[in-house]
Amino acid sequence: MASRENIALMAHLMRRAGFGARRGEIEELAERSYEDVLELLLNPQGQPDADMDTLYRYHPMAERSLSVPAGQINWLYRMVTTERPLQEKMALFWHHVFATGDSKVESAYQMLKQVQLFREFGMGNYRDLLVRLARDPAMLYWLDQNENHKRSPNENWGRELLELFSMGTSNYTEKDVFECSRAFTGWTMGVKVHPLLWGPHLWPFEFHPEDHDTEVKSFLGHEGRFDGEDVIDVIVRQPACHRFIMRHLYNFFVADEPQVPAWPIEPPRDPGAIRELCEVFVESDYEMTPVLRFLFNSSFFREAQYQKVRNPAEVVAGTLRLTGDMNAPDPRWGDLGNQTGYMGQSLLDPPSVEGWHTGKEWINSGALINRVNFMADQVRNADLPGVRDIVERVAASNGHGMTPEHLVDECLDLLGPLEVKDETRVELVEQASAAGPVELGTQTGYEDFRNRVGEVMALIAGTREYQFG
Amino acid sequence: MTTREKDPTLVVVQLSGGNDYLNTVIPHSDPNYYDNRPTIRYPDEEILRIDDDVAFNPHMRALKDLYDEGNVAVLHGVGWENSTRSHFRAMDIWHTAEPDVVGTEGWLGRAIRELDPEGENPVTAVNVGYGLPRALVAPDASVASVADLEAYGMLSSIERREHREALLQRFANMYAPAIGSGPVMDYIGQTGLDALKGADMLKVAPEQYSSGVEYASGNPLAQKLRDVARIHFAGLGARIFYTEHGGFDTHASQVGNHPKLWNEVSSAIGDFWDDLREHDADGNVMMFVFSEFGRRVKENGSGTDHGAGGVAFAIGPGVEGGMHGEYPETRAEALVDGDLAPSVDFRSVYTTMLEDWFGLDAAPMVNGRFEKPGFVRK
Repeated sequence: MASRENIALMAHLMRRAGFGARRGEIEELAERSYEDVLELLLNPQGQPDADMDTLYRYHPMAERSLSVPAGQINWLYRMVTTERPLQEKMALFWHHVFATGDSKVESAYQMLKQVQLFREFGMGNYRDLLVRLARDPAMLYWLDQNENHKRSPNENWGRELLELFSMGTSNYTEKDVFECSRAFTGWTMGVKVHPLLWGPHLWPFEFHPEDHDTEVKSFLGHEGRFDGEDVIDVIVRQPACHRFIMRHLYNFFVADEPQVPAWPIEPPRDPGAIRELCEVFVESDYEMTPVLRFLFNSSFFREAQYQKVRNPAEVVAGTLRLTGDMNAPDPRWGDLGNQTGYMGQSLLDPPSVEGWHTGKEWINSGALINRVNFMADQVRNADLPGVRDIVERVAASNGHGMTPEHLVDECLDLLGPLEVKDETRVELVEQASAAGPVELGTQTGYEDFRNRVGEVMALIAGTREYQFG
Repeated sequence: MTTREKDPTLVVVQLSGGNDYLNTVIPHSDPNYYDNRPTIRYPDEEILRIDDDVAFNPHMRALKDLYDEGNVAVLHGVGWENSTRSHFRAMDIWHTAEPDVVGTEGWLGRAIRELDPEGENPVTAVNVGYGLPRALVAPDASVASVADLEAYGMLSSIERREHREALLQRFANMYAPAIGSGPVMDYIGQTGLDALKGADMLKVAPEQYSSGVEYASGNPLAQKLRDVARIHFAGLGARIFYTEHGGFDTHASQVGNHPKLWNEVSSAIGDFWDDLREHDADGNVMMFVFSEFGRRVKENGSGTDHGAGGVAFAIGPGVEGGMHGEYPETRAEALVDGDLAPSVDFRSVYTTMLEDWFGLDAAPMVNGRFEKPGFVRK
């Protein structure tokens, strides 16, 4: 049996490098070394891809639809069922950073294509990913690249590329924005075409040489007849770019940082960690996998358990993976797509190119109500396999008689392991003991016990501590 | 009517994306307007003429009616010096009233704290929508954020009332302040307490409401303003409401998109004031409509790029209807990097609302003393 400490560490890794796991899976993984498990996560192609065909058979809209809720079903289904959790988590990471919104793109299918790009290349080379991003039709349209002409450069993409996707503010001038935009003139999309016999149209990327400004540009101290790729090559060599992307990575995978607009002013929570990540990033020539390997192996990661407020995608996918609900086509998928949106994270449709504010800003009264309700309804439903498993484990954990304290501590262990403040535990224990002593021996006794476990877990879902992951 | 219902109330409508000032309040006698906008300008016969100089966009009919009744103050040239063209930085600046450093406290959050210093009423401010705008955020300022007024509350799926109430009491106990929790834990705990109490209060709002006004069903802003009206009528002491309508980032296809947006905004605002009047509940309400910046004077392709100075509106029986301030000059030499130079600081506008409407001391909320344009009736 793995030690409690190893279980906690493995649960931490699976929460951060994926969307969590049930206790049985964590116990199996904890039989292996941490490094071995990490390699499995870092090599997603070693695992089968999510079985999307089964979903599409029952929910054809989820495959090719313009509608955001249908697209959200598609992505959430992957998060809930994937055997390549880190690949999916990285796709979500890049969606946070390269925030593109269906509010303007108006095609969930086109947005899913962008997510697929993050999925396929998000663990690869950052420089190459930026080049692919600059050719992604959803992004092109989102930031008006189709309006960026030789004679009238449109600076929307050029500006956000520097400000939000690579370097952060105050590391370039307005002139750099303009020159950067010039370099991307002529990068546009063509007329929408049908990808197959049915379904919505897709844009193809097109380069229009006659609309490309071939003159010399002066960008971040470099001069040349730059095109978009040349500009990206200059950007990725900037230390500001390394710091910016590594801080994003730290904020997403390790511990909550202040919001992005504050970064030029507020130093990182752990400057040493950012420095080390930058070194690995540069040494690896901007490859993401070595950076992730370093990050997850670092002591700053291992020590950062419960240092992040979970984002709504983590809440929803993590809860479903825990309870074993919705891991197959189900009529209820129709309503599930919206769930993260109710908690403040409408997947495929972030509020602006800035993406979502993270950390404590996930929590406000409305969002908290939605999170707690979703999690509580799941974990108190004893018909779900994951909940049944927890109930059985709690029941089996003490042959000599179950005390309310023991019941609570087991629930906390199986949902985390989660440590809560004494004041929180007191309430949980009182709830567990409200109906008198626990009797496991009889049918009605067991049912009563099962209800109590459900109630205690619903309360745990609402605790402050459980909002972190 | 209780005194509480007479308390001055503010409804903020945020137009996200950067609303195009020149095509909202159109300077129809200005040749520069036509020269700079060969594609997206409005011809004279379509505009809703106000006077010899300006006209409303043809798709602002309801707003024009309110204007003609003396209920709309048009606030010209609102912005700040050296403004940014970044959406969210600009929005952050509007929200925090901090153009030079990154602020964390919202100007309205600070106002909430003054309006309800003991934090007694969790619905002193209500955001109608998902998430929470930074304008409403300040330590110890409690705000309800309501996306679905009908199903608002924790553990709402538990049917047995006593059972649910017992569990909610446990939540309340667990969320009580605990020593040494840290700021984020404290924040979540307080949010939890406010959520429990706020939900309890807000559940009466849909139950009590009836109205002859039919808000457009496909118009998200209309639905949000309907929720504002329902909560306002319930007399719960809500003093600040916040809503948002997005999509104003019209870099391209402005001719199609901008009219649609203003149709939605204008008709939603019209419905809202009709509803308030029907309920004789408009007297203590002022609405403030703003966007993070205006757009570039010269069109670019089929749209316009991010700009600077913009237009804002204050609406209600408490405002001095008419034009306030100067339309910024449109001559090429007067522009700042092609943008309209703001003629009034947005913090001045805030100062008027905070002092002349709410009767608060604005300086600590807007981070300084600013002149006070007189668009609120004395």
